[in-house]
Amino acid sequence: MKDKQFWSVAGIIFVLFMIYWVAGHPYFVSERSVMFWSILIVGGVLIYSTRMAKRGEKIFLRTIPGLKAVEEAVGRSTEMGKPVLYVPGIMDMDQVETVAGVVVLGHVAKMTARYETSLNVPVSRAIVMKAARESCRESYLLEGRPDLFHNDMVHYLTDDQFAYAAGVNGIMLREEPAACLYMGKFYAESLLLAETGNSIGAIQIAGTASPSQIPFFVTACDYTLIGEEFFAASAYLSQEPELIGGVKGQDTLKIMAVAVMLLATLFNFFHDLNMISWDVLGFLTVQ
Amino acid sequence: MNGSEIFGAWVAVFLTLGIFSYLYKDNPFYKIAEHVFVGVSAGYWMSMFFWTQIQPNLFGRLWPVPEGAISGFFMRTWYGIYNFFGVLLPSVFPDGGIDKGHGTHPHFIYIIPFILGVMMLLSVVSKWSWFARLGIAYTVGMAAGLRAYAFLNSNVLVQLKGSAVSFVGLDWFSLTDASIINNVIILIGTITGLLYFYFSKEHKGTFGKVTRVGIYFLMISFGASFGFAVMGRISLLIGRFTDLITYGSSTYNYASLWVLLLMIGLLAVWTFKGDKKVAS
Repeated sequence: MKDKQFWSVAGIIFVLFMIYWVAGHPYFVSERSVMFWSILIVGGVLIYSTRMAKRGEKIFLRTIPGLKAVEEAVGRSTEMGKPVLYVPGIMDMDQVETVAGVVVLGHVAKMTARYETSLNVPVSRAIVMKAARESCRESYLLEGRPDLFHNDMVHYLTDDQFAYAAGVNGIMLREEPAACLYMGKFYAESLLLAETGNSIGAIQIAGTASPSQIPFFVTACDYTLIGEEFFAASAYLSQEPELIGGVKGQDTLKIMAVAVMLLATLFNFFHDLNMISWDVLGFLTVQ
Repeated sequence: MNGSEIFGAWVAVFLTLGIFSYLYKDNPFYKIAEHVFVGVSAGYWMSMFFWTQIQPNLFGRLWPVPEGAISGFFMRTWYGIYNFFGVLLPSVFPDGGIDKGHGTHPHFIYIIPFILGVMMLLSVVSKWSWFARLGIAYTVGMAAGLRAYAFLNSNVLVQLKGSAVSFVGLDWFSLTDASIINNVIILIGTITGLLYFYFSKEHKGTFGKVTRVGIYFLMISFGASFGFAVMGRISLLIGRFTDLITYGSSTYNYASLWVLLLMIGLLAVWTFKGDKKVAS
């Protein structure tokens, strides 16, 4: 109960909701009440955790080897005098993985600016190109090296999946980057990219939440950020309290999800034995 | 079989073998195939987006074919703008309006995406390039808001529901159907897998052992997924080989055979010359 402001606002909302409920709760779709409670709990936990981090409360985050390796990879490129290749996936900015990929790109661009290492970012979508360019430009400015930034470091190839893969493979073979980072949403081109990177001896780090592509990255890359690890990457790399608070909030939600799973299994068991009439599976179904 | 079909088969064979030649090493054939592939696809997709999205869905809604004569100052001005564009680009803005089944009244709400699109184009002017950020902000913000509800349902609630497995009226074990042991495995795998992604606690002691079980489950599922995807890729490869065999028949003047021989010969010459250069 340390955050008095949070609990005060939560209390006011609760009182207002109770008044609304007693007044007959018009426009409230009872069949979707599980979604209502989910949004309320998820939103509340995330806001509380973020505020907690902002207040300066210490939050522990375990080490993720793949993230530590990002700086090593950029350092290796610097030592070898070779560029860093960054692939932000093949989808547009409406995909959360692409957004996460562009955010991580910003941190990688800061490192390449700091170490004066060449950065090459081929993209397959026009909006991603613009967003990635803005992200890189800002990073180079923040590091005090706007002179090293040039628009062509983020360049468009094509929208077509396999043509893009062929283009990136060509870049890899000709430029021989020392580090290849694949962070975003990938489909069947993932293995084509990772195998080529492997063949040129680059250190490879991948991050994606596409379940069907993770196996290919695990096989061909040195480090792979699996699903949630990838989304937590920006918090780890930036160490910004808002983002770290978000990761902590998600952890709390995961524990809640485990508890719900166990309770739902238990209630479902008793329901199947006709010991209780409440159908938990029906409750968890959004109509 | 007409000449254009045979020519198309020869081009297909050349590009397929050009891409396959990458298995040897980076070479001029691969470079040609790669650059043609990237260039043609970039142009193709731009054209596709314009003629399947922008022209019918954006312009088609802003300037549909009106019902009867255009009346009123505003509508006359609106279609006056259209007629001006029509003079410049008659194939995009045909006479009288665009009939793509979007009714007879302009959907003025589509001015917003039109303006956002123009803002994206302004990025070519360095002074006004910041306008593009508004388009990006809209795309990201809209997607986040629009998908939050769907993601919460499909990625959280449906998964929770799926994890609430049943243990009543089932066999102890079955290889193909639901059984008590299978359901226990599902429950343990889901919980331990989820706990592996718990970041604010070190994976040590009992908790570390639980998360280790989780990563084993993840790796087993990745292995199964890998095998499944490899089978899919093999079927794609078979598809290309089937085409090459078809194009290697007399109907196509033995295209596959001739292109393969020519490519091997030229690659041998190219390699030999390269080796001599290195030696000298």
